Amino acid sequence: MGREISVGRVPAQEKGSLMASNEEILAGLAEIVNEETGLATEAVQLDKSFTDDLDIDSISMMTIVVNAEEKFDVKIPDEEVKNLKTVGDAVNFIANAQA
Amino acid sequence: MSAVLTQNTAREFTRIMGVGAARGDVVVTNEDVCQWIDSSDEWIQKRTGIVTRRRADAETSLLDLAETAARGALQSAGIEGSQLGAVIISTVTSPYATPSAAAALADRLGATPAPAFDISAACAGYCYGVAQADALVKSGAAEYVLVVGAEKLSDIIDNHERTISFLLGDGAGAVVIGPSETAGIGPSVWGSDGSKWDAIGMTHSMLDLRDVAVQAEEDPQGNALVAETEAKLWPTLRQDGQTVFRWAVWGMAKEAQRALDAAGITADDLSVFLPHQANMRIIDEMAKQLKLPESVAIARDIADTGNTSAASIPLAMHRMLEERPELSGTLGLQIGFGAGLVFGAQVIVLP
Repeated sequence: MGREISVGRVPAQEKGSLMASNEEILAGLAEIVNEETGLATEAVQLDKSFTDDLDIDSISMMTIVVNAEEKFDVKIPDEEVKNLKTVGDAVNFIANAQA
Repeated sequence: MSAVLTQNTAREFTRIMGVGAARGDVVVTNEDVCQWIDSSDEWIQKRTGIVTRRRADAETSLLDLAETAARGALQSAGIEGSQLGAVIISTVTSPYATPSAAAALADRLGATPAPAFDISAACAGYCYGVAQADALVKSGAAEYVLVVGAEKLSDIIDNHERTISFLLGDGAGAVVIGPSETAGIGPSVWGSDGSKWDAIGMTHSMLDLRDVAVQAEEDPQGNALVAETEAKLWPTLRQDGQTVFRWAVWGMAKEAQRALDAAGITADDLSVFLPHQANMRIIDEMAKQLKLPESVAIARDIADTGNTSAASIPLAMHRMLEERPELSGTLGLQIGFGAGLVFGAQVIVLP
């Protein structure tokens, strides 16, 4: 089995209600991806690659990034976007940016 | 007692009096593009909305395109070339660093000795030109000003690269700006962000090109022209698509809103949206961000003209008015944005 990505209750949850848990981030991202691409929210899993598995192109990716910034009140710089290869990468980045 | 200076008397209002257009004669299809890059008609249409782009043949120069558009604008404005108080060309594709393309155009139009100069503001060039012309007419420095956005982008592209070249076309669009009894051009909202100077631009400078030329001269057999320098022979355009997309959509939607606010109107008052024809996805997303009502006609000339940089807005305006002449006299929002990065926007009364 592949690498495990923690989706447990990270400390963020304890810091107050403004912080989203990793599960909440994943659910929120799935909604954003669904709105941009029409993909079912269940298809948006932590180990999925945005480009290879979800077939999301660079322009759609940027739309998703901007919508995620707004939803989770974080900044995702342009140079960081290329590092967000999987959904899990994005969830972790947003969780860390919120912390 | 010293002499008292006379200054120009300012005018209150200006307007766009007429618009003209010229597109390259050669239709370049997505199939043609796929001979140069590994792609498909479907891929290109999905990502850019472009079906064909129009390019000029080798015999048609930037000035030829500019002249055709300018003559159309003069005719539609009912103005002779000799009446022009200034001639402005916005372009990044003049083959000469100097003299200006505008001086040659002024002469072709019989506008000599009108002041003439070029503006370098890439895809915002037309809106920069309108800002200049509006200010010149309002200040009393000129009565009628010709603004031409003209590009022969096919001269500065590499058909085998895939960040920008396949989007681009050749063309020119022109407007004449003059005095008006009522407000015809809202305040210009324009600016720059040089921190993103690298986001769109040439692969290397003319000085790099000179260095290669010197090497070639010293080594006429061409041994010095190894692959590395060969790629540097002729500078061509590149862009960082993701950075540009984010800035263009979310950054420019804010500036477009500022232009509406400055003009004292809302999106509901608009009849036409004339964004720079950069990419259909940018146009669609901007319209969404601006919450434009369904009633606003959105220019989508890019589908068969391609992205013609400084020419794209007046080309789109010309086409919109040809297809829907009843929109003449109604309010339009124009916004250009591109390499620099630079942007410019105005609310205008359509000629």
